[in-house]
Amino acid sequence: MTLLWTDALILLLLLATISIAFYLHDKEHIQRPLNKIARSKVGMASLVVLLFFLLIGLLDSIHFNATQEKNNDIISLLDYFATPLREHTEKTYSAPFATTLYSKEMIAKAGAMQWDYPRLVFGGNHLENPEKEQLPDVLLKAGLGFLIGLALFTALMLLSAGVSYLKQGSVPQFFAMHPAVSTLFVIIVISAVLGYLSLYYHVLGTDKVGEDVFYQAIKSIRTGLVIGTLTTLIMLPLAILFGILAGFFRGWVDDVIQYLYTTLNSIPGVLLIAASVLMVQVYMANHEDQFTSVIVRADMRLLFLCMILGVTSWTGLCRLLRAETLKLREMEYVQAAYALGVKQHAILLRHILPNVMHIVLISVVLDFSSLVLAEAVLSYINIGVDPTMYSWGNMINGARLEMAREPIVWWSLSAAFVFMFALVLAANLFADVVQDAFDPRGAGNEVIE
Amino acid sequence: MTEPLLSVAKLSVNFNKNQPVVDDISFFIYPGETFALVGESGSGKSITALSVLRLLPNNAHLEATSISLQGENLLKLSELGLCKIRGRRIGLIFQDPMSSLNPVMTIGDQVAEAIQQHYSLSKSETQQRILELLQQVELPESKQRIKDFPHQLSGGQRQRVMIAIALAGKPDLLIADEPTTSLDVTIQAQILTLLKNIQQQTSMALWLISHDLALVSTIADRVAVMQHGKIVETAHSAELFSKAQHPYTQKLLNALPSMQSCLEHCAEEQSTLLQVNDFHCYYPIHKGLFKRIVGYVRAVDGVSFAIQKGKTLALVGESGCGKTTLGKSLLNLIPSTSGSVKIDGVALDGLKGEQLRKQRANMQIVFQDPFSSMNPRMLVGDIISEGINALHPDVNAVERKERVQQLLQHVGLPEDAALRYPHEFSGGQRQRICIARALAVRPKLIVCDEPTSALDVSVQAQIIRLLKDLQKEQGISYLFITHDLAVVAEIADDVAVMYQGKIIEQGSVEQVLFKPQHAYTKKLISAVPVLKYNNDSQKKTGIVL
Repeated sequence: MTLLWTDALILLLLLATISIAFYLHDKEHIQRPLNKIARSKVGMASLVVLLFFLLIGLLDSIHFNATQEKNNDIISLLDYFATPLREHTEKTYSAPFATTLYSKEMIAKAGAMQWDYPRLVFGGNHLENPEKEQLPDVLLKAGLGFLIGLALFTALMLLSAGVSYLKQGSVPQFFAMHPAVSTLFVIIVISAVLGYLSLYYHVLGTDKVGEDVFYQAIKSIRTGLVIGTLTTLIMLPLAILFGILAGFFRGWVDDVIQYLYTTLNSIPGVLLIAASVLMVQVYMANHEDQFTSVIVRADMRLLFLCMILGVTSWTGLCRLLRAETLKLREMEYVQAAYALGVKQHAILLRHILPNVMHIVLISVVLDFSSLVLAEAVLSYINIGVDPTMYSWGNMINGARLEMAREPIVWWSLSAAFVFMFALVLAANLFADVVQDAFDPRGAGNEVIE
Repeated sequence: MTEPLLSVAKLSVNFNKNQPVVDDISFFIYPGETFALVGESGSGKSITALSVLRLLPNNAHLEATSISLQGENLLKLSELGLCKIRGRRIGLIFQDPMSSLNPVMTIGDQVAEAIQQHYSLSKSETQQRILELLQQVELPESKQRIKDFPHQLSGGQRQRVMIAIALAGKPDLLIADEPTTSLDVTIQAQILTLLKNIQQQTSMALWLISHDLALVSTIADRVAVMQHGKIVETAHSAELFSKAQHPYTQKLLNALPSMQSCLEHCAEEQSTLLQVNDFHCYYPIHKGLFKRIVGYVRAVDGVSFAIQKGKTLALVGESGCGKTTLGKSLLNLIPSTSGSVKIDGVALDGLKGEQLRKQRANMQIVFQDPFSSMNPRMLVGDIISEGINALHPDVNAVERKERVQQLLQHVGLPEDAALRYPHEFSGGQRQRICIARALAVRPKLIVCDEPTSALDVSVQAQIIRLLKDLQKEQGISYLFITHDLAVVAEIADDVAVMYQGKIIEQGSVEQVLFKPQHAYTKKLISAVPVLKYNNDSQKKTGIVL
């Protein structure tokens, strides 16, 4: 077991979430909005998608030393499961489901040298005559994958039904087509089909150095999640603390905080990011003994990128929160709390903070997507995540040249796009539902008399 | 009888196919008459007016047999056709003069816009007409005012400009939707007189929409009473106010606070609870780069008064006179400048931090707006127990819960209210929660800052009764801040009249209301609309002034 910095933070975050959930689970007024989320079709479907992404991210966050590997390479559980994908590398570009490379080469064929597309080392190498056999073979393998997925899904359903039968003495109504269940079904079947197919083919093709694009896209999920969550985690306390304090206390506190964020805002963010990333690189170069493996180096750089992104991006939310707090502090319920002798810190926590949470939630979700995109932009000028690290940003950055190539290589960009789109869309939809459910004034939240 | 100007037959409106808001109503308005549509908030009276002009929101669904203006069916008109009716044949005045004028256009331009919509006049003719209109609505110094922006005018002056805009098309019918609700009593009286005068000059019909029965009785020829989307009674003014047929109308009339009710008060001397001496509250005016203080707004300027145990002092004044500032700064919610406050023998001035916090239990406040005075994200139970938590931390959870239940019972709310959110309650119920919150710390004095002015008449009567009952049971004193003299008569023992930061007259309630000394008090009292017609069945005799 090797614990990288970001792994530790992710696990810590997970622990915190679980303990908060445990603490809140018997509070009645929290139960009500949670039940509302559970009843929402969109909410549950997007939650399933999010959880699936989270699961992959978590699997990818448990690293260990693969002893059987040659150099002391650190791999994650996900890498372990996806060993065939990881090791099936070709020479260079190949299209999805292709059996040959994407460009012609001189190859020896029946004793003579020929200018043709060479066969792939792994993709479809079990086929004798690819032109005839490929399509039926793909369909057959897809069908087999579908059956495996179906079996997995059924087993899961039977298991959960069995558990709840033992616990409550009745079978839950899973089997009615709840959107969460059908989303789960679709996800399991798609992953089974893709997983089974990728034993024989490169389902999303290969990149310039012949690496499987499907594998890259899956590995990028963790990078995206880390950038999205850790950056938010660093940004939120700064934004909330400074925003609320500035709005609530006014006077010199407000002046100092405003001065701080105006200054920070007027320095171009890219400059700060470049400076800090370069600093980390210099530090790592000077202390090579502490950063022995490529993965540790990449992880350190990712962590610093998250931090500096967090430090540069809190100002916008801070400004919003300050304005909202300025409005809230004049509200009569805050004055009533003063009149009741409630202490200031209690007023801040009980009356101000909960009433700005909707702004926090909305901007966090919007920021989440823009952070994943920011990573792509930063990779573009070489100050993003480490170039050896898998990320959608790096994939998109690489696609710059691929799009200009003739014939065009479209699969890296498309894969990054589809995965990013699914994650960001699910996060947006889920956040909408959460926000509606937790707003007591929202429609449908009334207790009908 | 003459042909009706506007006739509405079987009009129904619902939102998103829910319960109809306006339910199958029919009425007529004759040329030149004043027709009043009266009802409590949510009864559908504004929606009725808006549906005649088809200005409803998109999710509204309108059904009617006919809405005809001098025989022309408005339902059959296209949107374009209707634009020729709006403003030209039917003018409309909204409730809030603050938000119905465009803040970045001069008032002259806004009136001109309305004129050019319907008449093609040359530039000088338009100018001429603007001036005419502004003079018609008696805007003082109208010639200089043409180039003013709305923020340079007072509320009453803005409402005059709104009326000028509505009159620009020389309409046959003027719809006035609560035209005076957000104005002070004295200004309200001026605006009503103005509307009446203009109506007589131009012989147009006036359709007045209001919740205020007393006001309607002074101006309307015919009155329709609306309840839950239905018109329950239509009659001539004299008839309706002297012998109301429908029980709802009778209930409304009974709920009206009357000036006479103070005569039943018994006056017995009690010891003094609150003594305020020479109290000042100034707002500094900052200017320039270093925020130098260049002057002060004297919101409260040397006020002295006393409140006896178990008695109510009403603080009366128009908006901006400093009465709310006084109430809040007594509780130290706004810092006061100088003066002494003594409650039950304890001096409050100069107390700070923890000492002040401990004294908070003595005085509590109930605010005007029941919607913004409770944290929407807290359960009612938590809202009520917040003060107990803060000021009596030794009370354990079980006792606290019991106390919350008792308080809810006291103010007449169901027990399960503790686990619900404020928005699930109506305005009156919310005000009860606010009262319970104030009572939770067992105060000796409650400052009631216009607690009933956002409520309907019938609810207002209930809240006043609740406050009186609580006073009788627990011997609490009230400082009752209000602009409504009729409410004062209902609840107060003593009255102080405030004008521009000073108390200009104070004394017992009978003395101030019936033998006012100061000219301003006299003006204030004469401006209060009083039911014009004697209502023997209700045994209320309005003072004819």
